[in-house]
Amino acid sequence: MTTLEPVRFVAKNMRLDLRLIAAMVAPKARVLDIGCGDGALIEHLFRTQGCDARGIEIDMALVTRAVAHGMPVMHGDADSDLQHYPDGAFDYVVLSRTLQAVERPREVLRQMLRIGTRAIVSFPNFGFWRLRWQLLTTGRMPVTATWDREWYETPNIHPCTIRDFFALCAAEGYVVENWLAVDEGGRKSPWRRAPRLANLFGEQAMFLLRNGGAA
Amino acid sequence: MRLPRVTVAYRTYGTLDTARANAILICHALTGDQYVAETHPLTGKPGWWNAVVGPGKPIDTDRFFVVCANVLGGCMGSTGPRSPRGDGSDDQGGELWGTDFPAVTIHDMVNAQKLLIDHLRIARLFAVIGGSMGGMQALDWAASYPDAVFAAVPVAAAAYHSAQNIAFNEVGRQAIFADPDWQGGRYWQSGAIPARGLAVARMCAHITYLSEQALARKFGRRLQKAPKDASEAIDLFGGMFEVESYLHHQGSTFVNRFDANAYLTITRAMDYFDLAADHDGDLAAAFRGSRTRFLLVSFSSDWLFPTAESRAITRALNRAAANVSFVEIGTDKGHDAFLLDEPDFHRTLAGFLSGCAEHAGLTR
Repeated sequence: MTTLEPVRFVAKNMRLDLRLIAAMVAPKARVLDIGCGDGALIEHLFRTQGCDARGIEIDMALVTRAVAHGMPVMHGDADSDLQHYPDGAFDYVVLSRTLQAVERPREVLRQMLRIGTRAIVSFPNFGFWRLRWQLLTTGRMPVTATWDREWYETPNIHPCTIRDFFALCAAEGYVVENWLAVDEGGRKSPWRRAPRLANLFGEQAMFLLRNGGAA
Repeated sequence: MRLPRVTVAYRTYGTLDTARANAILICHALTGDQYVAETHPLTGKPGWWNAVVGPGKPIDTDRFFVVCANVLGGCMGSTGPRSPRGDGSDDQGGELWGTDFPAVTIHDMVNAQKLLIDHLRIARLFAVIGGSMGGMQALDWAASYPDAVFAAVPVAAAAYHSAQNIAFNEVGRQAIFADPDWQGGRYWQSGAIPARGLAVARMCAHITYLSEQALARKFGRRLQKAPKDASEAIDLFGGMFEVESYLHHQGSTFVNRFDANAYLTITRAMDYFDLAADHDGDLAAAFRGSRTRFLLVSFSSDWLFPTAESRAITRALNRAAANVSFVEIGTDKGHDAFLLDEPDFHRTLAGFLSGCAEHAGLTR
C-alpha cells in the first residue's frame, strides 16, 4: 500500500484536493487529468514532480486559458473522449470533483482504469452530516457551499457517498490502494480508517484505485 | 515523375540561434505565399499573417527564426506550372509547364520544404504551423518526419479534403476551363490570362471562407448604391448588392497575383489529401509513437474545415497516445478567422509555443 507523503509544496490558489492528489502521484509519471480546469494540477505536476501531465476539459474558456498558459489541454469530456486512448497510456488518470457530474460514472471509471494503471478520484461526499441534517430537518434537497445549486440546475447528477463509492469499487473489483476524507476546513479527517465516520464527517473524499488483477 | 529541377522560393524572419533549434516553418494556404509578415511585392498589401508573425507577436520573430516557402506547384517563385520545363541544359526555349506540370500532392509540397530545411541545415524544426491547406502540410510534416518536428500546429485544417470541399474546388476549376482565354491551359503563349474564369473560381471559394453571419454582418442586403427612385429600383441589374461588389473585388484583384494553372494544380493537391488513406485508413497509425507536441485549433463558424474535423484528428492523436492540445475558438468569421484578429487564438498559439519552448529547452 502506498503511504501518503505530507504535502510539502503548496501551489498558490491550488484547490486543496489538487494538492492532496498531487501527493499521491509518483514523480515523472504520465498523468491524464480529466476535468483539469485551467490546468493548475498539471502545471504543478510538471513543475514540481517532472510529470508528463496532460488534461481534458469541457469548458472551452478554461481550455483556452490552460493552453494559453502553455499546458497541454484538449477540449473534450469524460463521457465520450476516454474511449479513444489506448490501454495503459498513463500511469495515473485523475478525475477531480467531476465523477458526480458525468453521465455514466461507472463507465468513466472503467475507462480510467483501462487507459491508466491507477485512477485517482475525488468527489464531494453526499453522506456528509450537514447534508443529512438538512434533508432530515427541512425535507428539501440540501444546499451547502459544496452543493451550491438547486436540484433543477445542478450539474451534479450522480452524487454519491463514501460508502457508495466503496461499494462500487468492490462490485467492479477495484483495489483501493489509498483513500482519505477531508473536513470542511480541508484538514484530513482523523477517521481515515473508519469509513462510516468518514462518511459522516468527511466533506470530500479521495481514492487511489487500481485494477484488481494488476500489480 | 521526377522534376528535372526544383526551385523553392522562401522568406525568413528573425535569427536562427547557434544551436539551430528555434526555427518555425510556416505553411501557407491555397492562395497564400511566402510573404508572411512583410509587404507583398505584387499587391503592396501587408503580409498575410502580419497579425500573428512579427516581433512580440504570437509567433515572435524576436525569439524564433521563421521560414515560409512558396509551395511546390505555386506561382510566387517556387517551381510550378508557370516555370520553364527544362532543366536549363537543353534547348526547350521558353516553353513553360502549363497544364503538363505533373500532379503534386501535399506530401510533395512537404518534401520540397524538407529539402529547403535540410539546405538551411536545420535538423529539427521547433514548430511547423499552418492554417487550412497549411494545416494539411503541418499534419503531413508530423506524420512524415516526426523526429524533425518538435511541435505541430494545424489550424482550421482536416486530415482529408471532404466531398463538399472537393465539390467547391471543382466549380472553381470548371469556371477556369470555361474561360475561352484559358486556351486549354496554354494561355501563357498568347499572353492572355483567363481572368474571368479565375475570378469566378476565387469568388466561389471566397464564399466558403466566410460564414453566413459574417456576410450578414458585413453586407446584409445593402445595395452598393441606393436607388434614387422607384424606376431605378425595379431595374433588375441596376442596384448591385454590397456582397456582389465585394466578391467582384476579391475576384478581380486575385487574377493579378495568381496563375490559373497553379490554382488548378494546388486545388487538386488539396483534393487528393487523405492522410489516413496513406496509412491503411487508420489516421492514428500516421502518428503512432510520435513525440511531437500538437495543437489543433478550429473556429466555431468555419464550415469549410469544421471543428468536427479537428476533433477527429485530436481523437486519432489520442489513439496514438500523442501529446495534443485542442481548442475551438468561438467566432462568427468562418474559415478566414485564422487570418484575422482573433485574440483568443493568438493567446492560445503564443502560450502553446512558449510552453513547448520550455519543454524543448529553448532559452529566451
